[in-house]
Amino acid sequence: MTEGITREETSELMTGSAPESTEAAIPAVDPATVFDVRDLDVFYGNFRAVRDVNLEIRQREITAFIGPSGCGKSTVLRCFDRMNDLIEGARVEGQVLYHGVDLYDPRIDPVEVRKRIGMVFQKPNPFPKSIYDNIAFGPRIAGTRANLDDIVEHALRRSALWDEVKDRLKKSAMGLSGGQQQRLCIARAIAVEPEVILMDEPCSALDPIATARIEDLMQELKSEYTIIIVTHNMQQAARVSDRTAFFTTEVNPDSDTRTGRLVEFATTQKIFSAPDDERTENYITGRFG
Amino acid sequence: MAIGHTELGVTPGARSGGDAASLLEATSGRRADRVFRSVALLAGLFVLAILGLIATSTTREAWPAFRSEGLSFLTSSTWIPAEGKFGALAFIYGTVLSSVLALLLAVPVSLGIALYANEAAPSRIRRPIIYVMDLLAAIPSVVYGLWGFIVLAPFLGPSVYAPINDAVGGWPVIGWFLNGSSGRSFMTAGIILAIMITPIVTSLSREVIATVPQAQREAAYGMGATRWEMIRLAVLPWGRGGIVGAVMLGLGRAMGETIAVALVIGSQPGQITTHLFEAGDSMAAVIVNQFGEASGNHRAALVGLGVVLFLVTIIVNVSARAIVARFDRRAQGI
Repeated sequence: MTEGITREETSELMTGSAPESTEAAIPAVDPATVFDVRDLDVFYGNFRAVRDVNLEIRQREITAFIGPSGCGKSTVLRCFDRMNDLIEGARVEGQVLYHGVDLYDPRIDPVEVRKRIGMVFQKPNPFPKSIYDNIAFGPRIAGTRANLDDIVEHALRRSALWDEVKDRLKKSAMGLSGGQQQRLCIARAIAVEPEVILMDEPCSALDPIATARIEDLMQELKSEYTIIIVTHNMQQAARVSDRTAFFTTEVNPDSDTRTGRLVEFATTQKIFSAPDDERTENYITGRFG
Repeated sequence: MAIGHTELGVTPGARSGGDAASLLEATSGRRADRVFRSVALLAGLFVLAILGLIATSTTREAWPAFRSEGLSFLTSSTWIPAEGKFGALAFIYGTVLSSVLALLLAVPVSLGIALYANEAAPSRIRRPIIYVMDLLAAIPSVVYGLWGFIVLAPFLGPSVYAPINDAVGGWPVIGWFLNGSSGRSFMTAGIILAIMITPIVTSLSREVIATVPQAQREAAYGMGATRWEMIRLAVLPWGRGGIVGAVMLGLGRAMGETIAVALVIGSQPGQITTHLFEAGDSMAAVIVNQFGEASGNHRAALVGLGVVLFLVTIIVNVSARAIVARFDRRAQGI
């Protein structure tokens, strides 16, 4: 279903403007590259939260962002679905290319972006509605004509929750355990068939057993979805991801503020066995907080 | 973890085991706790006592009227003090009608302001809005009443109500309501009340809306919701219980409002009509208008109106709480 998103589809993200000019603006790109981040800087007001991020996210891989608090890994993650727009004063410089289309192009409608790029948050945040209505939320606002029952069942099966909740679909989602709620949030995200799922520390509020189930689920979802996960847990990054980006903070010379920056981005195996950068090695071996 | 529990903070041996007996002695902290509890309990009981005193003494004062009128105090709308006839139905009707009108006008506006201030307005506009709303809440009700009496009613009667009445007054259904041309009327009372309760309903619903967790908003946005969809599907359902509570508080205020309504409702006793542009009267208004010159059964009947008003507001508040509790239970899936 996520089979090679075509150029025509990506240009639908644009609102207005003639199609031929859009076509011309898109350079030829490797279809396996979902995101291509170029010289990304994110500001909150005058404060530069992250600088000089360059990385490529590959299709149907799990990419982990790790690093100490304040290193900007969540900030960068939130650029992929324009969630930073919700923060007053947030501003982005550089490019976040999604299949060759800059997500920060003024013609881009962030609402359309978020329909294609799902997000799972740190704390499970189901709506205080029934399990069914939670899953149906996205398809409903997308105005789907397909059978909602089928969509709900498929999404719940896909997120390994169906057997646990099939008899209480009309009950409130708030009655589920934390781990179930988080899998419900994943099901809710995949119900709209996004290409990418962003996960912002999805297990930080869960116990180890629930965490393991989410990690298993991620491995299964990888066959269809591109996943980017921010995690505080290095072992988790090592366990689940194909590639890892290590971020750190640097003290700005002119003030005592800290700006995040990408130190190293490579295969997870390399990051955890033979990183190029000394700072990465210090962090993964626990010599750096 | 190889750390034994004795190493956690306290050096072993710093306290001897004999000290354990001191755990049984009450400390001054516990005494303060006990004092605080009794003071709080007294304060709570004091409120209940006041409530009980008001209820019993007003009922006793009103008893002669209740006894002579019986149930017709509530079912009759004939209020002629000179003939000793006291039927409160028209006043109850006026109170309910003007308050419901006020709600119909105030709730959409209040919710609109609250949602705009919380969800849409940039912060430099948000502050002035909140400030002005608080300012409106601080204006004494007699000022609203005088403004309604001197400015609003003389304008609305001939310039708004009369043309509407001429245009649609003869139509079925709409004409039953949009009828009459009295400047001081149920409608004017409703408008003044709406202006008076808008600040409180706005500020309460704004606070309720502010308690909707950011995570809920992000969940909706993350699914590709527009701002309106996010408000409709995440903010309003989450805040529903609290918003209903805010509206009911506004209703309680509108029903109890006295002087402003007395000035603009027209003081026409015995009026039960669907015609919104005609003069009527409300319980609180008739009490303030007639109490000065009342004596005997008339006085008792006016106090009786107070008792009825008291009961009606209690009923409204209790049902509001019940509604809020039901919404909350449903939201938590219990």
